Amino acid sequence: MSTAVAETVSGGNGRQHEAAESYLSAGRGLRSWLTTLDHKRIGLMYLASILLFFFVGGMLAMGIRLELWTPAGELLDADMYNKFFTLHGAVMIFLFVIPGLPAALGNFVMPLMLGAKDVAFPRLNLFSYYLYCAGAVILLYTIISGGLDTGWTFYTPYSTTTDSSVVSAVSGAFVLGFSSILTGVNFIVTIHKMRAPGQGWYRLPLFVWSLYATAVMQILATPVLAITLLLLAVERTLHIGFFDPALGGDPVLFQHFFWFYSHPAVYIMIVPAFGIMSELITVHSRKNIFGYKAVALSSVAIAIIGFLVWGHHMFVSGQSEVASTLFSFLTFTVAVPTAIKIFSWVTTLYRGSISFTAPMLYALSFIFLFSIGGLTGLFLATLAIDVHLHDTYFVVGHFHYVMVGGNVIAFLGALHHWWPKMFGRKYNERLAAIAAALVFVGFNLTFFTQLVLGTRGMPRRYHSYLPEYTDLHQLSTVGSVILAVGLFLVGGYLLASLLKGERCSANPWGGVSLEWVASCPPSVHNFPGQPVVHGGPYQFEEIESSHAKVQA
Amino acid sequence: MNWPLLQDPPTAEPAAWMGSFWLPPAASATTDAVDPIFYFLLYLTSFFFFLIIAVTFFFIVRYRKRSDNQKTSALHGNLPLEIAWSVIPAILLVVIFVWGFNGFMALHVPPGNSMDVRVTAQKWQWSFDYPKDGVSSTVLKVPAGQPVRLTMSAVDVLHSFYVPDFRIKADVIPNRYTVLWFQADRPGSHQVMCAEYCGRDHSRMLTKVEVVPEKEYRDWLAGQKKSGLSLVDLGKEIFAGKGGCKACHSVDGSRLVGPSVKGVYGKEETLADGRKITVDDEYIRKSLMNPMADIVATYPPAMPPYAGRLDDEEVNALIEYLKSLADQPKE
Repeated sequence: MSTAVAETVSGGNGRQHEAAESYLSAGRGLRSWLTTLDHKRIGLMYLASILLFFFVGGMLAMGIRLELWTPAGELLDADMYNKFFTLHGAVMIFLFVIPGLPAALGNFVMPLMLGAKDVAFPRLNLFSYYLYCAGAVILLYTIISGGLDTGWTFYTPYSTTTDSSVVSAVSGAFVLGFSSILTGVNFIVTIHKMRAPGQGWYRLPLFVWSLYATAVMQILATPVLAITLLLLAVERTLHIGFFDPALGGDPVLFQHFFWFYSHPAVYIMIVPAFGIMSELITVHSRKNIFGYKAVALSSVAIAIIGFLVWGHHMFVSGQSEVASTLFSFLTFTVAVPTAIKIFSWVTTLYRGSISFTAPMLYALSFIFLFSIGGLTGLFLATLAIDVHLHDTYFVVGHFHYVMVGGNVIAFLGALHHWWPKMFGRKYNERLAAIAAALVFVGFNLTFFTQLVLGTRGMPRRYHSYLPEYTDLHQLSTVGSVILAVGLFLVGGYLLASLLKGERCSANPWGGVSLEWVASCPPSVHNFPGQPVVHGGPYQFEEIESSHAKVQA
Repeated sequence: MNWPLLQDPPTAEPAAWMGSFWLPPAASATTDAVDPIFYFLLYLTSFFFFLIIAVTFFFIVRYRKRSDNQKTSALHGNLPLEIAWSVIPAILLVVIFVWGFNGFMALHVPPGNSMDVRVTAQKWQWSFDYPKDGVSSTVLKVPAGQPVRLTMSAVDVLHSFYVPDFRIKADVIPNRYTVLWFQADRPGSHQVMCAEYCGRDHSRMLTKVEVVPEKEYRDWLAGQKKSGLSLVDLGKEIFAGKGGCKACHSVDGSRLVGPSVKGVYGKEETLADGRKITVDDEYIRKSLMNPMADIVATYPPAMPPYAGRLDDEEVNALIEYLKSLADQPKE
């Protein structure tokens, strides 16, 4: 195997990695975890938290799907159903998808990839985590204090007039926004200042590039959401009119403010997934990425253009035709860098040495699912077609293909890719392949049917529906059960691996970026000395030697 | 179509799917703005999707790992290929954009001979007013072959008027007007749904468009006419009475404190600050609610605001009355 990379390094400088204590065993007890400043431990705490909320959001989704088994919807009443889909959206977006890749996996891997001891501001990093916890508690408080029934989009004037717990929900999202901003600041400084000697910008692993683009968006867009939610809370409590027409406000203004954040937020969710794809595809096919600069800079291009397309959520909202036309055009321009990425990943496979490991299976899944997600986006960007498809299940299908088919599949791939690095244990490869197949089949069955429901005119957020939609809804529910079984299987064998998984080497996949140089699991300070970079992150041709060396 | 694995829908009448696999039946002239480009895009994206998957599949079979420490190609990029796969999609995207834009404009410009219906949305029902006939209905009944323009506003929260068979949809907003049009040439019944989430009974905010032959429509109108006033007559009454409008605005074209309303609807006016506007529903409503915003040139800013003094129906009635004053010369 290609464990030679790490062994060469540690052997070369005469220092034993085994001597340095693993970050997992460096301190014992709950207190050592709760007060840790180690980016790896903070990453793991994020990981545990977001997986908990992924479970909560997933259970809410199962409630929704089971309710939709029959047209009349007997399982939940309309009010309860509305609370279910609102919380499903809010929990998944604010507590799982947004922090999932940057805060959990980025926190763990990014400083390792830079050859750094930690992020630039370790205390701020821990503070961000506690802000996240505080925001999560406030958001979950809405569940027990009567629930929230506005949809995760909080559209006015419904949200200013409903008697459910809007203020506590937006306060939660407000606090979570600050957590996200501070993580972004931390990452930008880290990437600028903490790179190993010899690691120029074009020698950065592409996951780091994507985290950089994500951090810029987090910093620039999230304050707008914070202000918008604050205005909403002020309108509800002090009855100052911003959005409610009864108070002289403009409800469409809220949509502009909301999407000015929430559209970039979609890219906050997907851009790190692009970075992960570049890692998975290259390492598991032992190939240099095809078109490094195009892939790196297309993340930045998507991040910039992503700020200028928010109005494509509003083609039928009463927005002027001129504005809609401009937003449609700008939206099409995002498709080009996105297409470049897909083509580059596929071409990277050309003349590679492709192993069908779990991370590679998820990467291939991603190409399939995200292509559908991206191409269905073209339908919605096209003005005339969007009039028919807006606010139907087609939109629901499209964004699940992007968010789950893109973000969550990349998250699962990354989890399998870095799991040995995190815990020094192997998981069961056969079960991992079965689970990846179940997730793929279940996902397509759940959401492809929703695309068809949408083109046939089924509106979203419907508690009951017309009988002609029954067959497709039932097929979708069957798919969601298969998807859930697949995900529970993943949870099962990963937990089992922690207890009795075979110990693995520092570099099980033969990667050449710096995180594979660190021991497995890494020591508290990551590396025994300062690593120096002599080549790109994907130079696999001469796999017997590493481009990174550790100076004692 | 039927999914063999699953039971039939639990209703007495099995709903036969009249459209294609992808789209509902096409029942209005407006579908011409959507369906051709939908199918074009469906075939185009399917082609690219299968191309991506076929190439990926070929690569993973052809280049699967055969031995450990297998050396791989040093390929880093290929500029002509990268330019090709950026430029070709870009050109196709411009074509789609322009095509979609044209359809969008077609959906937004009602034909000049459209019949007017006012739509009011509130939790959780639709109501339709036929301004010239003084008829109000919860079902949208229209004559076949006649273009219909819907001018819509909401009472409480956002709603969205959606007819899948016509491919038309627009949000219905409090304090604003949005406009849709359609022209159904064959008699039939078509589902109307609320597409913007509006609370508990959002999914029950349904009604129908019933397209009937001209003669049947006339009979229905005659049967529906209520003893109450039509919107136009109600507007006339407010103009002369409760609103007190006639003190400052003449109906015969003579100049009083404010501009005359004779023929004012649809007219282009120059404002005090030099901007030009067209007097439409939106302008009249704004002038009633916030008169100081857009003062017509040469007139003093003297009008009191009517916000809170006139309800939505009364505003609609005034607009319809002004419209009827503009209509007269043409008829």
